[in-house]
Amino acid sequence: MSIQPEQLKYCDSHEWVYAPTDAGGVATVGISAFAVAELNDLVFMALPSVGQKLAAGQEFGEVESVKAVSPMYSPVSGEVIEVNSGLVDRLEQLNADPYDQGWMMKIKMSDPSELAKLMDYQTYQKMISQHG
Amino acid sequence: MAPFAGYDMPIQYSGIVAEHTATRTALGVFDISHMGRLRFDGPRADQLLDHLLTRRVLDMQPGQVRYSLICNEEGGMLDDVLVSCLESPSGKIYFLLVVNASNKPKIVHWLQPHLADFPDVEFHDVTESTAMIAVQGPRAVGVCERLLPPAATKLGYYRAKVTDQMSKPCIVSRTGYTGEDGFELIVRAEDAVRVWENIFLAGREHGVLPVGLGARDTLRLEAGMPLYGHELSEQIDPFTAGLAFAVNLKDRNFVGSQSLASKSSSASGASVSKLKRVGLKVEGRRAAREQSKVYNADEKEIGSVTSGTFSPTFNQPISMAYVDADAANIGNRLEVDIRGTRAPATVVELPFYKRS
Repeated sequence: MSIQPEQLKYCDSHEWVYAPTDAGGVATVGISAFAVAELNDLVFMALPSVGQKLAAGQEFGEVESVKAVSPMYSPVSGEVIEVNSGLVDRLEQLNADPYDQGWMMKIKMSDPSELAKLMDYQTYQKMISQHG
Repeated sequence: MAPFAGYDMPIQYSGIVAEHTATRTALGVFDISHMGRLRFDGPRADQLLDHLLTRRVLDMQPGQVRYSLICNEEGGMLDDVLVSCLESPSGKIYFLLVVNASNKPKIVHWLQPHLADFPDVEFHDVTESTAMIAVQGPRAVGVCERLLPPAATKLGYYRAKVTDQMSKPCIVSRTGYTGEDGFELIVRAEDAVRVWENIFLAGREHGVLPVGLGARDTLRLEAGMPLYGHELSEQIDPFTAGLAFAVNLKDRNFVGSQSLASKSSSASGASVSKLKRVGLKVEGRRAAREQSKVYNADEKEIGSVTSGTFSPTFNQPISMAYVDADAANIGNRLEVDIRGTRAPATVVELPFYKRS
């Protein structure tokens, strides 16, 4: 898998989702390089378990830095089918590569039409540039 | 950047842990211009302040700095402050009160009737016309020796002096809010950028970093220092907060002194409150932050966290909390609730960090 930020859809809470048409309705989810940089100094992460059902916008985990705790929200609805559980012990990977190595979970989508509500790369870039 | 007490302030410049570590191992520089600076002139300035502060002011000599509280009549804390007695180059004695930025409007308003009682005391809020920079860390003395006259860098702890930085007027004090050694420089607003740049030039080879509000909080928390709005409030008295040392009751009459006298047991000044401020070391990686509930071994809620973070120095979460006094013994095993999950915590001595 080689995930490029330009291929992704984004939430305004900084999660990304990778769901190419040939992935059989499976979406890969993580958080953006901008979010990782903003959080800085990560110390803890909690991820969901396989089999957990999530609705779009529902909290699926949290990431904690020295500064604060940030909940992470699922961009789409569906069932968690795989979790990058090794990531919680290698948080530095998230800094190094929040897209390829830093993916967090894969979801079997129950409503792929939700993807249309998310931002594309250009729109997301514009949003974070206004954020400062 | 984040809004803070009416100012836009950086949470971090390069990163909280990097800034924290630079201050512990080399040098951190803090723009603390947001803190309120209030000047009192006139021969009765000492009497006015002695009437307002929990610490004795009447016996202060030029060059002395004291940590004090300002209390209301009920003995609740309105603010915690530093009061300095200073001598101008022309030999004039005056007092400077450094107050919390978030409390300044409240304090200035509260001062008005007291100022009216002392019409010969001149009061000036010099916050906007001056800037304040703190230089903290093991390299502070070495770097400041290149910036300040010898008399300034030889100041003792909690001493202050009116001097100059490269011929720009400057008040230097030696206090601090990080647990490290260091100085505070108060300069004219128009000189602030120049002085800031001079510090970075002098500290360039010493690993100097600018430090934002994020690391300022992790540093003061490790140093066990209370922060107004967290450990301190109008609902808490100085004894509960563990600040009995900042209250001089003997032969004094100041705002709140009667209430404080009844709260303090006469001989020792020990607290009669049932709560106590403690330090907690928390197991795991998740920090127990403000408002986390604290439980004893019998599942009884006995207090709550006022500040908590992941400590960069100890690589472990630490918190300050108010807990029932009978659960506050060092070594006591407690539990904290972190967003629905319990984590074991141990009462430890404050400060968490003491420089060697």
